[in-house]
Amino acid sequence: MSIAVSPRRVARSELAKFESLRSSWITLGLALLFLVGFGVIAAFQGRSGIDAPGSEGATGYSMALFGVTFALIAIGVLGVLTSSAEYTTGMIRSTLAAVPRRLPVLWAKASVYGVIAFLAGLAGAVVAFLATSAVLSGTSGAVSLSDDGVVRGLLGAGAYLGLVGVIGVALGVLLRSTAGGISALVGTFLLVPGLMSLLPDSWSDAITPYLPSNAGASIYALTSSDGSLSAGAGLLVLLAWTAAVLAGAAYRLKRADA
Amino acid sequence: MIEARELTKTYGEKTAVDGLTFTVRPGAVTGFLGPNGAGKSTTMRMIVGLDRPTSGTVTVNGRPYADHPAPLREIGALLEAKAIHPGRSAFDHLMALAHTHGISRHRVEEVIEMTGLAQVARKRAGAFSLGMGQRLGIAAALLGDPETLMLDEPVNGLDPDGVLWIRNLLTGLAAEGRTVFLSSHLMSEMALVADHLIVVGRGRILADTTVEQLVREAGGDTVLVATADPVRLRSLLAGPGVEVTGRPGSEQLMVTGRTAREIGFTAAEHGIPLFELTKHEVSLEEAFMNLTHDAVEYVASAA
Repeated sequence: MSIAVSPRRVARSELAKFESLRSSWITLGLALLFLVGFGVIAAFQGRSGIDAPGSEGATGYSMALFGVTFALIAIGVLGVLTSSAEYTTGMIRSTLAAVPRRLPVLWAKASVYGVIAFLAGLAGAVVAFLATSAVLSGTSGAVSLSDDGVVRGLLGAGAYLGLVGVIGVALGVLLRSTAGGISALVGTFLLVPGLMSLLPDSWSDAITPYLPSNAGASIYALTSSDGSLSAGAGLLVLLAWTAAVLAGAAYRLKRADA
Repeated sequence: MIEARELTKTYGEKTAVDGLTFTVRPGAVTGFLGPNGAGKSTTMRMIVGLDRPTSGTVTVNGRPYADHPAPLREIGALLEAKAIHPGRSAFDHLMALAHTHGISRHRVEEVIEMTGLAQVARKRAGAFSLGMGQRLGIAAALLGDPETLMLDEPVNGLDPDGVLWIRNLLTGLAAEGRTVFLSSHLMSEMALVADHLIVVGRGRILADTTVEQLVREAGGDTVLVATADPVRLRSLLAGPGVEVTGRPGSEQLMVTGRTAREIGFTAAEHGIPLFELTKHEVSLEEAFMNLTHDAVEYVASAA
């Protein structure tokens, strides 16, 4: 085979970069620990009260996925680091000298890390669910993989975390700074939802379901409640957010000096 | 071959590179010389597409660098020592770059061997000394077996061993018929390796010439003569292409256009005693300082 740049080869290069850093594995492990650990803790905590009247909403499923919010921070931060570290270390100059067309680097990074984040998220969610169902067996909160919507929901949790990973990568390329990327990520997913209470109720009700965090949560919710999107709509909304950040990242990567 | 046409880069008010037009010819070592801040690094970054020119164009072997299917085959560039993730080993760094082009693991091991990194290839690059970092940068530049090697201040901060190693490497690469384009702010370093010189100051070209010519133009090959009869010697030496200067009443003359040997014979023939006969060579460093000094003055008076 002749020596030339191809999208597949750039993706292979990005995978090699990811694999060869110890911080990748540590952060990924942390995400899994959060996902499984918090799910199990929530299940133990909830087991005693689960048969009490008035707690029908606290199903084993939502306990199992209690850790998603924490895992998404780890996954998102790793996504930011994957690209911002290229700028903070100067590696980007080696990268772009090898791939001077530039955009293939962004697509490769986003898809390679997106797939890794999806697989890790899915695996973590499944393990968290199985562990939780073991803890809860025999209570009224008992759940099993064959329950309605569970498999779809767990896939949804994986998809959510995968897209958060892509958003992290794009924020890193857009802002070129680790601190900036992480702040933007944490602000968007943890702080903005809280700020919605400052808006008049009618505005807040109209906007809140479309926030990345709420749209993401509805992707893996077992049942869609009032005032939130369906799983499919949530996925589309989060995809739109992802595409928007990627477009911004692509613009800056292509236009600005490296 | 690298061809720059009216290459210009401005950062806000500041013009870093100001209408550079030059050609780096294949199969030779071209030195890119200028004081710090002359625009050398910016020019090199524009050549490989890291910076976008404000105006003008630069092509590599006839097309923009980014339009080549295998850019690393066209130019191997060492731009800054720190273009490496410190957490990655030298081998992993090179392998990641190799993957983009489908370059084999065998070639990665080959460049590690060539640059003497075999002992440390599995260690974190962040722990490398400046010299090791520079070797890793050169290994990366050699990965694609490029026709042209472009190095920005390759010997900056290196110890004598490292300097010697780079000098031998460059001479070897040039002997293989590769094009070498390297920048430096040290004329003495350039004189040892470069065939051709492009001298820049304040983003403009000051000279596009050879080493010998630069020295000649800077007033090289002057002979200093001290004699008992300067007036008579002066008239005897006169001729086309000969310039003799000296202060009235002084025993000393500065002669250009005649060799020390010729002056010695002439004086002996006519029985003129000489007290001193010294070939006064303008060093490259002096020639370079004269050039860049003028550039600074020019800019200051134009403002």
